Amino acid sequence: MIPLWMYLLVAAAMFCIGVYGVLSRRNAVAILMSVELMLSAVNINLIAFWRYTAPSDMAGQVFTSFVFVIAAAEAAVGLAIIISIYRSRRSVAVEDVNLLKG
Amino acid sequence: MDFSALLNDPNFLPWLIPVGPLLAFVIISLLTNRSRMTPATSAAYGGHHPDYEGMLVPIVTDRSRIASIIVGMSGVLAAWAIAYRVVFDALGIADFGRSVFTSAVTWMDTGALTFKMGVLVDPLTVIMLIMVPLAVTMIFIYSIGYMAHDPRQSRFFSLISLFAGAMLILVVADNLLLLFVGWEIMGLCSYLLIGFWFEKRSAYNAAIKAFTTTRIADVIMLLGIAYLYFATGTLSFREIMYDPMPTHDSAAAVAGEHDEGVAVAEGDHSETVVAVEGEAVEGEAIAVAAENEGDHSEGAVAGAEGEYAAEGEHVHTWAIELAETPAIFFGGISAAGVIGIFLVIGTIGKSAQFPLHVWLPDAMEGPTPVSAMIHAAAMVSAGVYAIIRMYPLFEAGGHPHDGDLTSPLMLMAVVGSVTALFAATIAVAQNDVKKVLAYSTISQLGFMMAALGIGGFIAAAFHLITHAFFKALLCMAAGAVIHGMEHGEHHVHAHGHGHGALPAGAVGALPANVGGGAVDPLYDAIPDHGHGAGHGDGGHGANAHDEQPGVSSHAHEVGDEQGHGFDPQDMMNMGGLRRTMPVTFITFLIGGLSLAGLPLITAGFWSKDEILAEAWLGTTKGFGPHALVLVCLSVAAFLTAFYTMRQLGLTFWGENRTEEAAHANLGRGVVSATMTLPLIILSFFAITAGFVGVLPDFPILGGIFSPEGAPFGEFIGRTLVEEPPHLDFNIIPVAISFIVALGGLLVGYLMYWRRPLTAGQRDPLMAILGDSIHTTLRNKYYFDELYIAVFVRPSQWFAKNVAYEFLDKGVIDGFLHLIARLFNFVGDLIKMLNLWLIDGVGDGIPEMIGRLGKWFRGAQTGRIQQYMLLVLVAALVIGVIFALSSGVLQAAP
Amino acid sequence: MLELNATTLAFFVFAILSLGGALGVVTSSNLIHGALYLILSLFGGAGFFVLLSAPFMAAVQVLVYIGAIAILIIFAVMLTRSMTRMTEVYNRQWWLSALVGTLLLLMLALGVIFPVWGEGGMLPNQPVSNEVATTEALGVAFVSGDQFVLPFEISSLLLTGAMIGAIVLARDTEAS
Repeated sequence: MIPLWMYLLVAAAMFCIGVYGVLSRRNAVAILMSVELMLSAVNINLIAFWRYTAPSDMAGQVFTSFVFVIAAAEAAVGLAIIISIYRSRRSVAVEDVNLLKG
Repeated sequence: MDFSALLNDPNFLPWLIPVGPLLAFVIISLLTNRSRMTPATSAAYGGHHPDYEGMLVPIVTDRSRIASIIVGMSGVLAAWAIAYRVVFDALGIADFGRSVFTSAVTWMDTGALTFKMGVLVDPLTVIMLIMVPLAVTMIFIYSIGYMAHDPRQSRFFSLISLFAGAMLILVVADNLLLLFVGWEIMGLCSYLLIGFWFEKRSAYNAAIKAFTTTRIADVIMLLGIAYLYFATGTLSFREIMYDPMPTHDSAAAVAGEHDEGVAVAEGDHSETVVAVEGEAVEGEAIAVAAENEGDHSEGAVAGAEGEYAAEGEHVHTWAIELAETPAIFFGGISAAGVIGIFLVIGTIGKSAQFPLHVWLPDAMEGPTPVSAMIHAAAMVSAGVYAIIRMYPLFEAGGHPHDGDLTSPLMLMAVVGSVTALFAATIAVAQNDVKKVLAYSTISQLGFMMAALGIGGFIAAAFHLITHAFFKALLCMAAGAVIHGMEHGEHHVHAHGHGHGALPAGAVGALPANVGGGAVDPLYDAIPDHGHGAGHGDGGHGANAHDEQPGVSSHAHEVGDEQGHGFDPQDMMNMGGLRRTMPVTFITFLIGGLSLAGLPLITAGFWSKDEILAEAWLGTTKGFGPHALVLVCLSVAAFLTAFYTMRQLGLTFWGENRTEEAAHANLGRGVVSATMTLPLIILSFFAITAGFVGVLPDFPILGGIFSPEGAPFGEFIGRTLVEEPPHLDFNIIPVAISFIVALGGLLVGYLMYWRRPLTAGQRDPLMAILGDSIHTTLRNKYYFDELYIAVFVRPSQWFAKNVAYEFLDKGVIDGFLHLIARLFNFVGDLIKMLNLWLIDGVGDGIPEMIGRLGKWFRGAQTGRIQQYMLLVLVAALVIGVIFALSSGVLQAAP
Repeated sequence: MLELNATTLAFFVFAILSLGGALGVVTSSNLIHGALYLILSLFGGAGFFVLLSAPFMAAVQVLVYIGAIAILIIFAVMLTRSMTRMTEVYNRQWWLSALVGTLLLLMLALGVIFPVWGEGGMLPNQPVSNEVATTEALGVAFVSGDQFVLPFEISSLLLTGAMIGAIVLARDTEAS
């Protein structure tokens, strides 16, 4: 079998790529996509651990399902927000949402 | 305090003598001098005061006048009384001189030296105390009437009281410093009094001139006093000139260390060496003398701490010691010589000798009593008194009777004789009655100084006294004449008679202001007098002249020709006054003859004769200075007699030359009484004062008056440690005196009495001398002009250009400006600093904070990604730290 | 080391898909391309799930993630179209982000993964057993009263809430 650490490494790499995307992309939708990447990486992590440590216990998969749910909800709401912001500002660059500035 | 014992103690009484007049000064100045403010145009202010339109001037109230007169008279009368008490006490003591009345208090105790000030009554003081209070009282009485209409009479009385007080201080002083105090106060008073009518410019100029001229001399005198103190440590007369030096070893004296020519081996002189036979006397601060009547041997002398020299030796006083020490400057002269010269210079100033004589004629700007005081009783006498007092110091080291004159004596002889002659020549050409007297005074003082210079101690003192009497008399009589002339002038104005005045050039009338100040164009006295009611046509009677409220008596005291042309002091305007002013005439005559030295019956003769006798004595021995003195003084005496006769003739004899003279009289009231009484009293003295000094060998008269030696000479000779040699009678000096006196009088008589001058006639003297000489004499040898050019103008230039422009404005102001600029600069610097600092700090800190804040604020970008990044970074850091600390990392491949 | 067999090959293929897709997502300037890369990456993830004996998860991943979420993203991209043509792809801190990402990866790898589950690590890196739970068991776990029914129900609430919220947020306010 493939050692666990490989899965973990892939997941970690995907996560870090997602982090990079979140932190450096200007477009809000792109950021959201990166967040999905991160979540996906987490899922891979979870399943890998489930398989290798407690495959008979459903908790791993259940947890993963919930992560799916969360991801979906968050994507929906997030995109709704982005569209709403787009409507009022005509821009989806997160830089422009800087009301916190100061 | 036992007052009665104190008041009977003649040692203590002299303290009280000056107290009277000084107290009167204080009381009058502070209490009784009350005035009322009156418009300056009122008649009461008129006279010599110009009319100041629109101004209010103080005019003394009548009550104040009376009060001041009473206080002033009380003061001098008290002084007189006490002085005569002291005099009688002193005369009662035989051999007074070795014992004296003295009393001193410690003035300054510096540990090393104790300086005592006090009073001393020795024979010289006694003589002065006889004369001074008498003369001063006469002057005070005279002033009652003379200044009766002056708006500032109270002030006048306070000032002459001060003057009298100062003179008395000077007379009773026992040390040079106190004498100098009196001297200086008199200088001040002469300034105040000469400038008494200060509205008149010539008056205040004259006051300044008097003060400055005497001041020059006073400074030098003070140097002399300082040197004396420095050299001896004392200024007391007795200690310097009478007592043996404190540490002097009398044995050494015996050994002949000092070679001062002790005894004059002159024929008949009996030498009295002052020595207390064998008795060592302890000196005490207060000497008791009065109880020792008739007891020679117990004369306790103040301050003597050593033993007297043994009998036959002569006392080595400080004076002699100083004569042996060389001066610290002017190498060849002894200390005594230098001190003496300085002191003599002081007298040259104070007694108006050549070349500092210029102030005295100008001092005539003051009221006549002042002139009398200055000329006779007080100021100039003070100068001569001082040198008579210091005579032993001048004489020390030399012996004038042997022809060996020390430097001060030589100076005195030369200056005195030159002055005597010089002033007499000027006097013959003067037309102002007071100016003649002024120069006469200068001349007579020259006599005294010359006499002293050749060793005639007694003669000089004698002449001082007699001169005081007849000069005071003459001054006051001249004042009376002027007073009368002014009355005549008013009379002429009131009655509209034409002026008898003659144009200025014809009779050689002088402008009255000589030298000194410019004529005041504001001065306009005569035409504006309001002659009140009662001055009727024939009314020269009773009180017409006295009670005129609007008439000032002194309109022409210092006659100003500007604008009116009539000078009541000009003798050329007088003539024939003997008829209208008989008393004045007689007294003036007596005084004048005494001045001229009318033989035998006037005091002036005896004193002048003694001087000439001294000079003759020395001339026969071949001493040069004596010869000089003899010649100069003889000629001067001749001229004196001449100008006196001239003066009398022009003033009193002949006919009235002007209308004013025709009406000149004193009236018949209190004023005239108070003015003539002193004249009468003084004329008595002018005749009799001489009889105390008749030489015992004088034919007939000597036996009457001086059977045991001339009283005056005997008495005053004891002032000195060694009595001066007595003069023998010699016919030749007497003959000289006779010739010059009578000759001068005769010439004067011939020129001015036989054919008295009529109006408009020229002075015959001008014809004799020639115009140029006469003009030079009349202009006093142009000395004033010389002094103005040499001293006054340069001083003014210096004051203006150097002191004012350069020093004051340039240096001092420049320095101040510099400081101001400096401080301004510093201020600006500080301001800059402040600004920089405050702005830097005060503004900088907030700015810094602001910038810091802004910089920090940069973190709040509002960009969420940035925040997340930061969070992640922080988490990483924490993770690394955690990893490292938990050692997990070590297991990494 | 790894034996070369189909599993390993599949693993690497899927790994490349995932990572390549991920890289594509974060680097593409065209957002449609980015979304497509996302789909690709998610496919890789699904592949992993299959390898890890969780086929249901793989299906769910494809259906939900790709079928719903990625499509949603594409819709959003299309709706915000005018701004998709941004000139800049990255913001100003991209280098720092790259660094941080790299560091994070390094830290995770070197600090956590390798020491713990690497060769000679603390924990075994082989599956403990091969007894894999079935999908049926997963379903039972969801609705079983003593397992995960509560979170299941709450998650349905969450979805409802999210749905409503999304509708509200994205509603066109001018129309009402």
